[in-house]
Amino acid sequence: MSRLGNIGGRLHRGEISLDFVGRQKTWYAISGLILVISVVSLLTLGLNFGVEFKGGTVFQFPTKPGVTTSDARDAVKSSGVVKEDPIVQKTGTGWRVQTESLSSTDVTKVQDSVQQRLHLAKPDDVSPQSVGASWGKDISQKALEGLLVFLVAIIIYLSIAFEWRMAVAAIIALAHDILITVGVYSLVQFEVTPSSVVGLLTILGYSLYDTVVVFDKVRENTRSLTTSNTMTYSQAANLAVNQTLVRSINTSIIALLPVAGLLFIGAGVLGAGTLKDLALVLFVGMLAGAYSSICIATPIVADLQERQEKYKTLAKRVAAKANSAKRKAKPEVEVAELPQEDVPDDEAEASSVGAGVRVVQNGPRQQPRRGGSKGRPSGKKKR
Amino acid sequence: MFWQGQKKPKLALDLAGGTTVTLTAEPTKPGAKIGDSEMGQAIKIMRERVNGLGVSEAEVTKQGNNVIVVQVPGQGQERVVKTIGTTAKLEFRQVLVAAPVGVQQAPTPAPSPTSTGKTKGASPSASPKPSGSAKPSGSAKPSASASATPKGRALAEALTKASSTPKPSTSAKPSARPSASQSLTPQQLQQLQQQLQQQQQQSTGEDFSGVDPAVKAQFDKLTCTGNDVGQGRTLDPAKQAAVCAKPDPKTHKVDYKFILSPAKISGEQVTKAQAMPPDPQNGRVQWVVSLDLNGTATKSFATFTQQAAALGENNTRNHFAIVLDGTVYSWPGVKEAITSGNAQIEGQFNQQDATDLANVLKYGALPLKFNQSSIESVSATLGKDQLTAGLLAGAIGLGLVVLYCLFYYRGLGFVAISSLAVAGILTYEAVVLLGKFINFRMSLAGIAGAIVAIGITADSFVVFFERLRDEVREGRTLRTAVERGWVRARRTIIVADAVSFIAALLLYWFAIGGVKGFAFTLGLTTLIDVVVVFFFTKPMVTLLARTKFFGRGHRFSGLDPTTLGVTKRVPTRPVGTKEA
Repeated sequence: MSRLGNIGGRLHRGEISLDFVGRQKTWYAISGLILVISVVSLLTLGLNFGVEFKGGTVFQFPTKPGVTTSDARDAVKSSGVVKEDPIVQKTGTGWRVQTESLSSTDVTKVQDSVQQRLHLAKPDDVSPQSVGASWGKDISQKALEGLLVFLVAIIIYLSIAFEWRMAVAAIIALAHDILITVGVYSLVQFEVTPSSVVGLLTILGYSLYDTVVVFDKVRENTRSLTTSNTMTYSQAANLAVNQTLVRSINTSIIALLPVAGLLFIGAGVLGAGTLKDLALVLFVGMLAGAYSSICIATPIVADLQERQEKYKTLAKRVAAKANSAKRKAKPEVEVAELPQEDVPDDEAEASSVGAGVRVVQNGPRQQPRRGGSKGRPSGKKKR
Repeated sequence: MFWQGQKKPKLALDLAGGTTVTLTAEPTKPGAKIGDSEMGQAIKIMRERVNGLGVSEAEVTKQGNNVIVVQVPGQGQERVVKTIGTTAKLEFRQVLVAAPVGVQQAPTPAPSPTSTGKTKGASPSASPKPSGSAKPSGSAKPSASASATPKGRALAEALTKASSTPKPSTSAKPSARPSASQSLTPQQLQQLQQQLQQQQQQSTGEDFSGVDPAVKAQFDKLTCTGNDVGQGRTLDPAKQAAVCAKPDPKTHKVDYKFILSPAKISGEQVTKAQAMPPDPQNGRVQWVVSLDLNGTATKSFATFTQQAAALGENNTRNHFAIVLDGTVYSWPGVKEAITSGNAQIEGQFNQQDATDLANVLKYGALPLKFNQSSIESVSATLGKDQLTAGLLAGAIGLGLVVLYCLFYYRGLGFVAISSLAVAGILTYEAVVLLGKFINFRMSLAGIAGAIVAIGITADSFVVFFERLRDEVREGRTLRTAVERGWVRARRTIIVADAVSFIAALLLYWFAIGGVKGFAFTLGLTTLIDVVVVFFFTKPMVTLLARTKFFGRGHRFSGLDPTTLGVTKRVPTRPVGTKEA
């Protein structure tokens, strides 16, 4: 922790600085690539909508003593024609199993399979019916209306609380996160369920929240920027990102751990299949949300701001000052170049990796190692 | 954190199962096909009605061509089901002819001969026999084989038989209901008397002028008993109709039958429907449903009421009937033209009836009539095993969060964990309470939302702690650092939480179904986050800053100046005491 705490302190003072804003082209390129993959995947593979959206076939059949939910599910699945996990419900008289839409030959196969597995008198005891979407178009439409109003409201709110450039950047970052999440969903071809849609909305809230926290610091740092000649807007924004970096890492870890638990332990190890779609949306979306706040939203704001006349002249003044005073009294200011030469050995490994995001992931990963050597013995006693 | 305690939150359909109702659409004409668009419309309206009953995340699905399956979370939801399946076809019609139905005359024997005389003796009730003698025989009638049918029918059947072939044996059984007069409200009695006075004055009898003979024939045949009451019947709005009054909710008896004009105003023209509590000062003794009409309807209603008022209060045609699903709920007389576009439905409602009816009317009538073909309970869609696995996984994730907080923030980690615990308890309690009061139910997605909310709650104090540490790094003492750091962190927290809250509010306002439930969870957890940070985390840190352990920056306090890399070294090295 001592080292981590130190990194925090150095980040705060600007002694170590990872150049997020200056490398915007790299981030844009990376995101661009992921977005292209997402869009291509969406256009070719598309999304795999569940029964709730498309409707499907429902089978109703009587129960027998000792038949459990998983027996009923297996009986339907063993027909071999049902690909997605069916929705199984026990009713007062028997079972109600919903599958995706099946052709009439496949329906017969399911009937036969259930009849054999559950030892029913005849295949006709399993009555099939087509079933419509429970998540109807009206629900989607209402949700979309809500979303549009929400986006407008957010643009207005951020324009008042911050300014319109930040509002634009936040919305771009939001679209970025949503598109990536949907793209990943399309790539892995998980079934889209109402839960995953709700998960997507959760991401929407989280992504904006995260961006706003970073922007708040950016605004604080850039408030009286033009009165001095020490920093350009981009540099000030970058300092803000670095100062909130520890917070971003910690928040992301704390938020992602439970979701990762659901995704990897819950769905992967324990086999809670229905949770995996939701957990995947949340995991990818929150990861993208944390990344975009730092590497997409803030650089976009900086780019937009640097086009303004006042920040253009500021940049010129800062450059002139840097040229006239060639000797560097303090390494504090020059964000872009300094770190590599200035960082002591400890931190060299971290910053020499270069790309900021990798450092973001490196930090926490190194902790257990160090914790093992130093902090733990006494720490354990305490617990 | 989620599943302890005796009170449990209400769970949604996916986690707890519920009640499934199968509603089969009835073709408007025998053999007619049921249109897809009508079914779609019906599903949409049913969803809105379900939604109007609170955040319950019910599911409405079309099955086959003419069946709608409604799944409502929780057991014993018959009331909800009934509300959803009601057609709710509302019409205002002018009363052309009104006649009492015989059974109801029992309590008022004196005027009954006059009125029965006027109904031309078509209905069995017209029998001039003193109803007192008919009553006991009716209720005791063993041969009626109508024990399952509504009381009214059994009574009437018995009445018919009793009046034609009196059986002495049947009168022996004394199981007669208390006299029907008890089921009449003073209001109704008054109405009845008024009506009778009126009829006595107009000694010429009912005015059948302008009545379609076919409708009159129907009217004459109308017994208003059993299925003949016509509840749930769809009337042709363009034609006159013979209809019964709504049966009394307790006795199932009908007091009046009517011939009504074509519809003057229909349910689609209602813009707002609202249940109104009794207001004895204004002469309202029971719950009513208040209706607001749209512009066109307000105008036509004004014209109609003006004409009606001109007829004078003693004329039957001065009354207009509010017809819902084929029966007359109330038929107030018109004293003066009503130009406000506001009308009220009376029908001996209790609060629940009135609320349900208002809810149903708000979203308009179903384009089809539905028969409830089955009602049964269903299990949760998520297996118990899966839910347990999910919760276990979530718990492991939370355990990791605890470890991480302790590892990174040391002493402050305890503040973080206890803040999370407080937030968790508050969320849980809120969900339990809301389940009780507004029928809020937790679904799987809701639980996931709560888990994400952990991240947002955690962020609030992460922001605070980092600000705090920044202040310490600048060489401030902990006490000043807490206050300065808090002022700066507070703004960030509020600005960011406002975003989440706006999202929740708007989505809740606009969305229906699962999305609404999600929005609710998000808004709730955001509020709880703010409450916890303001009223728990901050005061706790302020208090702890006064202790030696934190104030001096002990190595394990998470605020150790050396490890934080303080610019200005604080001379005092931490003392080795470990307790805070």
